[in-house]
Amino acid sequence: MIDQLNDSGRVIKAPENFLTPTDVKTVFAEGKQGRRDFIRRAFAAASTATVAGAAAVSAPAAWAQSNPIPSEGGDPNILNLPEHATGLGQGVATEGYGKPSKFESNLQRRQSPGLTQTTQASVSFAPLQSLFGIVTPSGLHFERHHQGWWDIDPSKHRFMINGMVKKAKVFTMDEIMRLPSVSRFHFIECGANTAVDWGNVAVPTVQYTHGMLSCSEFTGVPLITLLELAGADLKNGKFLLAEGGDGSSMTRTIPMSLITSGEVLVAYGQNGEMLRPENGYPLRLVVPGTQGVSWVKYLRRVEVGDQPYAAKDEAIHYIDLQPSGLHRQYASIQECKSVVTTPSGGQVLLDKGFYNITGLAWSGKGKIKRVDVSTDGGRNWRQARLETPVLSKALSRFNLDWIWNGKPAIIQSRAQDETAYVQPMYKQLRDVRGTRSIYHNNAIQSWLVQENGEVKNVQVS
Amino acid sequence: MFKFPKIALLLALCLTSLTAFAQSTKYPGIGRDATAKEVTAWDIDVRPDFKGLPAGSGSVAKGQDVWETKCAQCHGIFGESNEVFSPLIGGTTAADIKTGRVANLTRADYPGRTTIMKVASVSTLWDYINRAMPWTNPKTLTTEEVYAVTGFMLNLAGIVPDDFVLSNKNIAEVQKRMPNRNGMTTAHAMWPGKEFGNAVKPDTQNVICMTNCVTEPKLASFLPDFARNAHGNLSEQNRIVGQQKGADTTRPEGNTDKSSATPNTSATTPPLATKSTDSKSDNKAVLALLSKNVCTACHGIDKKIVGPGLTEIAKKYPGKVDYLAVKIKAGGSGVWGAIPMPAQDISEADAKIIANWLANGAPK
Repeated sequence: MIDQLNDSGRVIKAPENFLTPTDVKTVFAEGKQGRRDFIRRAFAAASTATVAGAAAVSAPAAWAQSNPIPSEGGDPNILNLPEHATGLGQGVATEGYGKPSKFESNLQRRQSPGLTQTTQASVSFAPLQSLFGIVTPSGLHFERHHQGWWDIDPSKHRFMINGMVKKAKVFTMDEIMRLPSVSRFHFIECGANTAVDWGNVAVPTVQYTHGMLSCSEFTGVPLITLLELAGADLKNGKFLLAEGGDGSSMTRTIPMSLITSGEVLVAYGQNGEMLRPENGYPLRLVVPGTQGVSWVKYLRRVEVGDQPYAAKDEAIHYIDLQPSGLHRQYASIQECKSVVTTPSGGQVLLDKGFYNITGLAWSGKGKIKRVDVSTDGGRNWRQARLETPVLSKALSRFNLDWIWNGKPAIIQSRAQDETAYVQPMYKQLRDVRGTRSIYHNNAIQSWLVQENGEVKNVQVS
Repeated sequence: MFKFPKIALLLALCLTSLTAFAQSTKYPGIGRDATAKEVTAWDIDVRPDFKGLPAGSGSVAKGQDVWETKCAQCHGIFGESNEVFSPLIGGTTAADIKTGRVANLTRADYPGRTTIMKVASVSTLWDYINRAMPWTNPKTLTTEEVYAVTGFMLNLAGIVPDDFVLSNKNIAEVQKRMPNRNGMTTAHAMWPGKEFGNAVKPDTQNVICMTNCVTEPKLASFLPDFARNAHGNLSEQNRIVGQQKGADTTRPEGNTDKSSATPNTSATTPPLATKSTDSKSDNKAVLALLSKNVCTACHGIDKKIVGPGLTEIAKKYPGKVDYLAVKIKAGGSGVWGAIPMPAQDISEADAKIIANWLANGAPK
């Protein structure tokens, strides 16, 4: 936090802010002229190579060896025994709560420079480019605060149920934690994830394009259990308001269908320990498949009612502007989406040869059914391997073998969920939602691998 | 004589347990009824039909006073400020008040959206101010102040006249003049459930195609070269081992020194983002204090946000510990500009530590 604070005083403006209209025109003009020919030429070569890609796996191609034998006849890292092989290491419990290796310090959640003016009403992005599997380490979970975060004494935290109930009830944390609990993996994605790329490319890496996304195992009590304890009128009470106990007192109208199905949790656990303070310690709502703002942190109260609430973060913020000039209200579901995390923007492939294309897919409507990957900008596709576990409304990891021939390649992924819905192309999405929606951009992402190995965030038409 | 009290005690025990049992359900002993006082303390939300709105009133004139002391620092004298938050007022017209649709929202070239352009329900404004404002001291306004500030904002937007007194009795009439009251739709397939009665198909119907799907991919948009390093050096934002490295964005593209990133040459190690943990810890503690006391909401370390940057202050008052300590607590205006800094609820000790740090040049 202190480092962020340091940074906040001397931010470099993000490109989305210093692109003047003239600059934007220049970018488009360049895109249409100079680069188009470059890409067209490159694709003539690249696409034939991709088609032959499968065969090339076994072909003894003359790729450069990425770990050549040094002239002295051996690797000094092998020949000269290091200190850790010849000395005594550290003792148990040197760290009462262990930390990542010091060599992992590049993995940080980060702010996008210039995106927000303060750190307390801001967002930090998870470093998706360097994560494995489907679980986000709790310390790297993305953050979104509206009025700063708090570390709340759990012995003083209370949870209240009122509104259309037989008896308004209050619960202590002790009592909530005595109830039968469930543990489930779910993704949480901010509705504004990928917002800066609605119009055109604005940020360099997957951390900044898709990093308002995390996935954890959450432990808690189904909200329906608590509502039944209070004798909630589930026939006439068609809506539920959830409210946070912090300064912003986040309020959101929660879909009753997800509560009665038992999916919505009043959660205290995250990845085997308690929630992190930045993620709502000691109690938050988990609303699987819906945008993060509905997962109210520091949860203090729910109210059962017969009408939606038009709270500040569903009537002023988190509303989707459509081309008609109307705003969509109560748009909650995070539709099927995927992104390749390696290779992705800002990375460099050092040599030609074999790579494991890897990425994440998720859907707010259920399980991921399949993911296809293209290396030629969406012309031809291959089905990727979906790794286990594949869980409903959780991240799924996909992988695909790829041999890079050193030519430009545009990498894309396209996910389909169990409702048969297929992730859209940018054009399809913009045709309906325009470019000013801010929220709910689930379009197919493109990464350009250039001949020099450097990968760039691009959009294709 | 001896037996009777014993039986009475037994009877009493039975009665107690019976009562307890009658109140419990599936999970005996968990949760208790909330008192009316507790519900009143927390149940503060106000719905569009004004359920939950407390009785009261506040004038536009009073609202202006509250605004200038508690709101203008962040939102500007006329709700126009873009320094800390998006502007609140502007972009609506008298015609919008008639139609209930803000015409500027249909213009793709209109540069931004103010709160008053977006909000459809006046209850939302009232509830927002009541629960979350002022930003650094939420829930500290009186009911009269909330009515007054809401009325003042509506007045800035031309919805109510200068002499208006907003109250629970006339707020429903004001709702009929909200410029974007007809500007919301729930006709979409993104609400789970049928409460809005509009189960429609998803917006897009992409299909699975495997070969020759698009005619020819063309680059439509990419990051311009001058923005290459805008997010910091990307080589320090990727793991130092793995199938790829981060691009060194401090150099022009194509000048990536591949040898320096080759994993097996021990002479050169890919860059590691460094965090200083040395003797600067005292300064870090001060920075944490600044954050704790929300100073940094208005003062950047080096740059002006609403108030001057902290290093600017340090430059102006070297060695002036006592003066700075007083100013930190008392606030003031006129030294750095017209926007006042309100008096701060900060401990003497914290103020002194910060004053000392400023007087020493605000070292990092």
